[in-house]
Amino acid sequence: MFDALSERLGGIFDNLTGRGALSDKDVSEALREIRVALLEADVALPVVKDFIAKVKTRAVGEEVIRSVKPGQQVIKIVYDGLVDMLGGEDADTSLRIDSPPAVVMMAGLQGSGKTTTTGKLAKRLSEKGRKKVLLASLDVRRPAAMEQLAILADQCGDSVSSLPIIQGQLPADIARRALNAAKIGGYDVLFLDTAGRTSIDEQMMTEAAEIAEIAQPQETLLVADALTGQDAVETARRFHERLPLTGLVLTRMDGDGRGGAALSMRAVTGLPIKFLGVGEKLDGLDTFDAQRVAGRILGQGDIVSLVEKASEQM
Amino acid sequence: SRSSSRLTEGLAALGRRKLDDDTLEELEDLLIASDLGAKVAARVATNLSKERFDKEIGEEEIRLALASEISDVLKPREKIVDFSDGTSPRIVLFVGVNGSGKTTTIGKIASKLKEQGAKALLVAGDTFRAAAIEQLTVWGDRAGIPVMSKPTGADAAGLVYEAIEKAKAEDLDLVLIDTAGRLQNKAELMAELEKVVRVIKKLDPTAPHDVILVLDATVGQNALSQVEAFRNTAGVTGLVMTKMDGTAKGGVLVAIAEAYDLPIHFIGIGEKAEDLRPFSAEAFSKALVGVGA
Ligand SMILES: Nc1nc2c(ncn2[C@@H]2O[C@H](COP(=O)(O)OP(=O)(O)OP(=O)(O)O)[C@@H](O)[C@H]2O)c(=O)[nH]1
Ligand SMILES: Nc1nc2c(ncn2[C@@H]2O[C@H](COP(=O)(O)OP(=O)(O)OP(=O)(O)O)[C@@H](O)[C@H]2O)c(=O)[nH]1
Ligand SMILES: [Mg+2]
Ligand SMILES: [Mg+2]
Repeated sequence: MFDALSERLGGIFDNLTGRGALSDKDVSEALREIRVALLEADVALPVVKDFIAKVKTRAVGEEVIRSVKPGQQVIKIVYDGLVDMLGGEDADTSLRIDSPPAVVMMAGLQGSGKTTTTGKLAKRLSEKGRKKVLLASLDVRRPAAMEQLAILADQCGDSVSSLPIIQGQLPADIARRALNAAKIGGYDVLFLDTAGRTSIDEQMMTEAAEIAEIAQPQETLLVADALTGQDAVETARRFHERLPLTGLVLTRMDGDGRGGAALSMRAVTGLPIKFLGVGEKLDGLDTFDAQRVAGRILGQGDIVSLVEKASEQM
Repeated sequence: SRSSSRLTEGLAALGRRKLDDDTLEELEDLLIASDLGAKVAARVATNLSKERFDKEIGEEEIRLALASEISDVLKPREKIVDFSDGTSPRIVLFVGVNGSGKTTTIGKIASKLKEQGAKALLVAGDTFRAAAIEQLTVWGDRAGIPVMSKPTGADAAGLVYEAIEKAKAEDLDLVLIDTAGRLQNKAELMAELEKVVRVIKKLDPTAPHDVILVLDATVGQNALSQVEAFRNTAGVTGLVMTKMDGTAKGGVLVAIAEAYDLPIHFIGIGEKAEDLRPFSAEAFSKALVGVGA
């Protein structure tokens, strides 16, 4: 894909050599190809438009560097723009989990990966951070959701426990019980795993807001599928409106999707992407890396070495 | 579904105006924003303009024309299926990426079958994910249909083999097999699925009679690669699109319908047993552009 893009751009710039700076026309033509590439990567249209406008101002008038192909020069500008928009090279990916018990609330659409990510984060915090972690499922809807979380807690080892299941209790009451148990039990971190919900399910969105109100989470993470299409902006915006979100987690980054949703969600919320889910097992979690994701949105190829080559000469 | 889609809002903003290049470009953008993909969006918009270019056109007219363009693409894929019919035991395999809605869709179909009085068996072929077996068991209990399972970690193909033997011995009408979610680029997991299909064929060369790929309506262009891979590996025979009750309207299905001759059987519109509808090209297209909402 990247090769295809750089070839496509190469064609546009072939007759550019000899002139001093990237002209409006050259850049516009190149950006048309980049627009399509970003759309193919599922970056949401309004975000693509914004981005293209920004890159254009940056690229027009830029001196052409002899030793780099102009197409590559534009790609370098695009790549830098993407990294920037994704939060930059040293984005803040740590969780705020001081003042125990720190509450972390997980929210998102059905099947996005909330429960699995809860298990992954618990494992990481207990192993790397030596934290004592309590997991509570507030999902009273999906069949066996609570059992799923309890099994994951077991797989995490001794310093991770799950709140005993009491059938028939309402989510808000489970949240209160969990807060209590976390305090009494001397836990460092309490995860509240919530049921999946669509952003237009008024009753369920109200429920989520109520849970946040009761639990006052230090972190509220929106867990979303990296394979999401144009809907990413809508979902991110609506959840952001209703919940005190502090960060994003993109799951299924181990797929072959290009992950444009990451850019879309980051752009509409301004929230940091904290983690990437990269597998079904509990160790399948990476901290977010803007450069990696930017390269991937452009189509993997050999972007890093190409960009390095370009930057040496710029 | 209420006109909450971006396409709907965008169209409302267009108002009444001449169908010129600018308007067409905006229409194209709106289609892109509904996951049709850049190429398909361009083609649908161009088709729309053929007879109407440079004419004054109102919002409702644009909507209806778009819906009809899209419906033309989807119509040949509309195919209602009754799993309780045909060969017995009819063996139906559900496949798809993680979290797309396979288990829930089986639960919904099982609930319907019970009403129809079919003798069915559910098979908990997801022997990997935590509580996947318990989840399917709850659905089986709700529908009053038995669920066959083995402990987590067991070989899925082995379980499927035993289930089909049992279905034959007991003269059941139908076997619905759940599988673990898997991303289509994972060779090892896809090979595992291939093995399940192979084992089924050993017992009945005409089976699986249906291989249903379950797609999530929120998915973007990656759905095309999902269809391609699962078709190659498992011989997909039909599609279900779930989560149509959210803000995403599953526009990538239009691109899939153009590229693949695969029937679309059902859409999922919620988490309850009754939240499954036969796919209708017309209703889907209208929902996508916000007509009659
Ligand atoms: N390949 C892959 N699969 C994942 C990842 N994260 C989660 N999954 C899988 O996605 C599916 C859904 O995950 P869950 O954790 O149950 O999702 P959820 O958001 O809790 O779902 P609901 O509670 O039903 O809304 C499961 O099959 C998980 O194994 C990931 O990063 N990569
Ligand atoms: N809103 C809505 N949610 C749905 C629909 N279909 C399934 N879900 C939900 O989506 C989530 C995932 O569904 P599952 O049936 O567990 O998906 P799966 O494909 O079996 O997942 P894995 O086995 O983990 O790969 C659950 O929370 C379901 O309740 C639907 O049509 N609408
Ligand atoms: Mg869950
Ligand atoms: Mg399942």
